[in-house]
Amino acid sequence: MQVEARSRFDNYVVGSANRLAVAAARAVAESPGGVYNPLFVYGGPGLGKTHLIGAIGNEAVARAPGLSVEYLPLEDFIEQIHAAVAVGEMERFKLRYGRVDMLLLDDMQFLTGRRETQSELMRLLNALQSSGRQIVMTSDRPPSEIADVDERLLSRLGGGLIVDIGVPDFETKVAILRGKAEEKEVSFSPGVIEELARLDFTSVRELHGAMNRLVAQQSLDGMLTPAQVRMVLGVATESEASTPEPEPEAMLAAAPADEFFSFITNIATTVAAQIEPWKVRVGETVAYWAGEGYRTAVLERLMAEPVAPPNYEAVLRGYGHAVEQLRQLEAKVTTVDPSLGGDELFRDPERIQEAAAFVERALTGAVPPQGPQSAFERRAFQESVSNQMAVRAADAVIAEPGQRYNPLFIAGPSGTGKTHLLNAIGNELAARGKGTSRVACVGAQLFIDELIAALQEGQIERFRARYRAADALLIDDVQFVAGKERTQEELFHVFNHFHSAGKQLVLVSDVPPKAIEGLEDRLRSRFEGGLVAELEAPDRALREKLFTRYLADLGEVDPELVQYLAERPVSSVRELIGVVHRLQAAGESKGETLTLAIARQELEPAGPAVQAAPATVRQAADVFFLDDEKIVWEWPDVAGRLVEDLR
Amino acid sequence: MSLVNYATREITCKIVYYGPGRSGKTSNLHYIYGQVPDDRKGKMVSLATQTDRTLFFDFLPLDLGTISGFTTKFQLYTVPGQVYYQTTRKLVLQGADGVVFVADSQARQLDENIESFQDLHANLSEQGIDPRAMPLVVQYNKQDLPKELILPVADLSDAINFRNVPEFSADALHGPGVFETLRGISEIVLRRLSAASPTPAAAGSR
Repeated sequence: MQVEARSRFDNYVVGSANRLAVAAARAVAESPGGVYNPLFVYGGPGLGKTHLIGAIGNEAVARAPGLSVEYLPLEDFIEQIHAAVAVGEMERFKLRYGRVDMLLLDDMQFLTGRRETQSELMRLLNALQSSGRQIVMTSDRPPSEIADVDERLLSRLGGGLIVDIGVPDFETKVAILRGKAEEKEVSFSPGVIEELARLDFTSVRELHGAMNRLVAQQSLDGMLTPAQVRMVLGVATESEASTPEPEPEAMLAAAPADEFFSFITNIATTVAAQIEPWKVRVGETVAYWAGEGYRTAVLERLMAEPVAPPNYEAVLRGYGHAVEQLRQLEAKVTTVDPSLGGDELFRDPERIQEAAAFVERALTGAVPPQGPQSAFERRAFQESVSNQMAVRAADAVIAEPGQRYNPLFIAGPSGTGKTHLLNAIGNELAARGKGTSRVACVGAQLFIDELIAALQEGQIERFRARYRAADALLIDDVQFVAGKERTQEELFHVFNHFHSAGKQLVLVSDVPPKAIEGLEDRLRSRFEGGLVAELEAPDRALREKLFTRYLADLGEVDPELVQYLAERPVSSVRELIGVVHRLQAAGESKGETLTLAIARQELEPAGPAVQAAPATVRQAADVFFLDDEKIVWEWPDVAGRLVEDLR
Repeated sequence: MSLVNYATREITCKIVYYGPGRSGKTSNLHYIYGQVPDDRKGKMVSLATQTDRTLFFDFLPLDLGTISGFTTKFQLYTVPGQVYYQTTRKLVLQGADGVVFVADSQARQLDENIESFQDLHANLSEQGIDPRAMPLVVQYNKQDLPKELILPVADLSDAINFRNVPEFSADALHGPGVFETLRGISEIVLRRLSAASPTPAAAGSR
């Protein structure tokens, strides 16, 4: 909102009741942000507060065109906050007012009880003040009497200068009335204005009103005499008490206070001219970082320079960077050993080299938790019906670590590729972080061993820090923690840390959590909190894929051989690989390429009678169920069922 | 001698009123103290004897509030004028940022004035301070006395102000000239904030 152009210093009548306020206002208009910031003007309604702050705004702009001055009554300010909140543009609101060079806020008394506005205002005042922007406020009462205002805001309101505007004295009233009469181009009989000024008015507005009344009356009855004034205004003729006598006294009393005040104004101007902005900036920086506990000797040396060093801004920036580096170094070292944080070294930017070396030593002394083994690749892991769920879950985890399934619990019998999948997840996560993310991938047994070692050496803090520093934690064979209370407790804490930090956890076990005996409930429930995916024995499709791949390594593959082999059930991928090796050895011993015949010979020994039951079933199946769809050994628990059927 | 502490955002200014006994140094401080609005009044410490002579020194802290973001404090001191309080004078002069030399305008006091002015220079030199570098103003007090008792400002200036520093005539008892003097010395002192540049006083010296 714009300041009213009519509000100027030259049409503002100065009297003893407002001299201080006007002097302060002038000082503020002459050097915005330089003196009395904020300036708080208070006084009863209609005494010219709004006029005064308007005059500050107009004067400041006249002196420095281009200065952005914003005037608004607090009510409008509040409304704008509400509007900004309603459309979700609070940031823009802040930005807008944060750029204002001079903020003129009228009617601060309406702050009462508006907590939200108060906190917004406080933030704004802080921002403006710290960047040297001027704030001027008015109110009908001093800040301390505005009810229900946050203490911190109160102290800020009164942090600059608080001046009051009193009820004008006789002379001032006369001057105001004369000015007004001139402006309105009306004339009064001699003595009328003086008589009017002698009356008690609590505000200039009232005074104007009374004068308007006289003007109106005059237009009807012709010129009024002084004696008629009271009658027209309906004021009883009073005793001699309110004669102008007290006025000169008041003037005298006010004058000396002025002497001290003008001295201050004078000093303020001198100081404002002498303060060197660059030193202020350096000083601020020193005060800030010293407050944060950093050594600022380098900046203090800078301040001792007689004139602004040409590179001082670079030095300030450099200092900021150095502190930032120190903080990073400190953060780094605490991941290894929390007790190393807070070292003096991390408080002195001049010793940053030392600090870096120190951290280097600390880091090399500490081995991060084991990472995933790179041999296990995700693309080498074949997907099929039997492991679909686990593989898809793993892919989801890789795509969005910590977001989808946290924790991911993979259960499955040994040899079904749990470890492969776990390490593959680890490798993918590590690759995803482009070397910056640390993935801890350990067997539970290693975790336990390390914990015991740490306990022995009294390095439990370090143990925790090592694990917590990781961005993802993958634990193999988690069933081993069963029955180990201390490990479970540590794991519980580590788990919580990862989970609450949104870092991915992947756990692998041979059985689902509920089947792990001796696992504490608090861990069990946490393990089950994400997704429990099971890996099953390879199905036919998977076997086919796997055989195709493994046999391809040995040379040309006979599709019939693959089909033949794929028909044979295996309990795990490990067993399947065993079959491949066996065939490879057989082929080599015969010096021939592997054929279906060799395979049959190798895998189906001549004496079927000595075969275990499943083998018999298999042979029978070969005879009776040639149709692929009726392959019995695809049925679960084949032997048992057959026995059942034969009965 | 850093007056401005940019780190703590403070400006502290120590001004010493110097001059022969009974020249009106304490009157200066009293008048200033009287003008300070009640809400800003510190406590004036006056160690005076029964006969109103300053025995040790007066001390008037002036809190000027926050100026340009700096908490500004002035400390006004007087020294005892009597010759035999040499030690106190030296003590009070320590760390002074500026000196107001209050001269007694009475004709019969001329020698005391000159003697005291020399004493000021001697004391400063003794403390390793170049007197020419010390911000200084001269006040010719008691100009309200009957003309036949006092010397005109021009004569006093010739006799005392050979360094040609800013000078003020005053009536410390009633006020005229007191704040002008204080303002004069304050500005010189504050201008010195631009540390390396020589003070106007030093620049003006011969």
